[in-house]
Amino acid sequence: MSSLFDQIGGEAAVNAAVDIFYRKVLADDSINHFFETTDMAAQHAKQKSFLTMAFGGPNNYSGDDMRTAHAPLVAKGLNEDHFNAVAGHLQSTLQELKVADELIAEVMNIAGSTKDDVLNR
Amino acid sequence: MPTIYFNDQAVECAENESVLDALIRHKIDAPYSCQAGICQTCMLRCSEGEIPAEAQSELKPNLRTLGYFLSCQCKPQSDMHVELPDSKQLYVSARLLEKTALSPTVTRLRLQTATPMYYHAGQFINLKREDGVIRSYSLASLPSEDSFLELHVKRMPGGDLSNWLADHFEVNDNIDIEGPVGDCFYSCENTEQPILLVGSSTGLAPLIGVVRDALHKQHTGPIKIYHGAFNQQELYLHQQLNELAAQVPNIEYHSIITGEMPEEIVLKGKGCDQALSDNSDLKGWKVYLCGAPAMVKSLQQRVYLAGVAMQDIHTDPFETRDMHKV
Repeated sequence: MSSLFDQIGGEAAVNAAVDIFYRKVLADDSINHFFETTDMAAQHAKQKSFLTMAFGGPNNYSGDDMRTAHAPLVAKGLNEDHFNAVAGHLQSTLQELKVADELIAEVMNIAGSTKDDVLNR
Repeated sequence: MPTIYFNDQAVECAENESVLDALIRHKIDAPYSCQAGICQTCMLRCSEGEIPAEAQSELKPNLRTLGYFLSCQCKPQSDMHVELPDSKQLYVSARLLEKTALSPTVTRLRLQTATPMYYHAGQFINLKREDGVIRSYSLASLPSEDSFLELHVKRMPGGDLSNWLADHFEVNDNIDIEGPVGDCFYSCENTEQPILLVGSSTGLAPLIGVVRDALHKQHTGPIKIYHGAFNQQELYLHQQLNELAAQVPNIEYHSIITGEMPEEIVLKGKGCDQALSDNSDLKGWKVYLCGAPAMVKSLQQRVYLAGVAMQDIHTDPFETRDMHKV
């Protein structure tokens, strides 16, 4: 049984998804202020790391990293609604790319498992 | 706190402080310009110690191997011994062949090196004056057709090198150059891909390079050029671009006059709006954005939202040192 990452399509799938996903996030006025940055290419690269992790791929994230990285955003008011909005964009990105439902469910599980760390709870 | 040894001077580097900031804070005269990891002006060589990966990620492999790194991007974790780059390793001498005023503020320089430089039109090079002042300029020439390097130099208010180049750098004088640098060049795999190019002021220089390269490579897709400038006179290639658009069916040229407001601000709104309202669905396009940083960054986001893939957006924000003065 191959890994989730391989079943979804590996790095090629991440590359296909990241552009669509980050565009949805940036276009969403309820959350895009958390993503404002002077360096869009760097932000795009961060989203790619996030998707790689959510797809079950090789990554270097630890729970502590997630906490530290998101702490400044929590201080600016990042809450569960924002988290759910981002997760929603991830889900609709995968649906757009016609990823099988059971694989989408696995990805959403991984993404959901980061919630407490992201929100520093 | 790590200590930086610059020549014989020891400098304490504060937590989260870059090597460049530490040197500047200690009033050490190190070269720099953009402070954003783009221009490579602040490159130093590390003779001893560990170089953080992010300080080398934008450098060519041979420079990495030699221990070069960008001091503005280098937040050291441990002590480092650093020195100015060896000029003989990095720089070659170029002679000024021709100097022509293209507008009241823009001067065209054509330089020649003893051995031809390998580059893509639209990349940039760094010019270093004898006293060590370094600035970046984009290449408007095309290596396959021109035997010279063409630069468009705009006089910057209070600009150290730009005014000197315009007023005191004469034909047959020599200057050291280094490069080429940057990924702002023609790279379409499909010659039918539509291309949008937006430049403010001398942001036109790399764009001209890209357009000429595209035509040289028989690009058949639409090529739309938008040039924004302060007034009619500063649209310094207006006639040539109109002629080009008349001759080549797939080229469109649009000029944007920004008026009395600082063009940085006006272009961010006006230039973007025009380019975007003419081309609202940009899915599958290739986009080049050069010049005023606020315009470049704003348009970068807007063309991305309009459907351009991130890897198809090439930007060259002309970061100027004066903007970063503390």
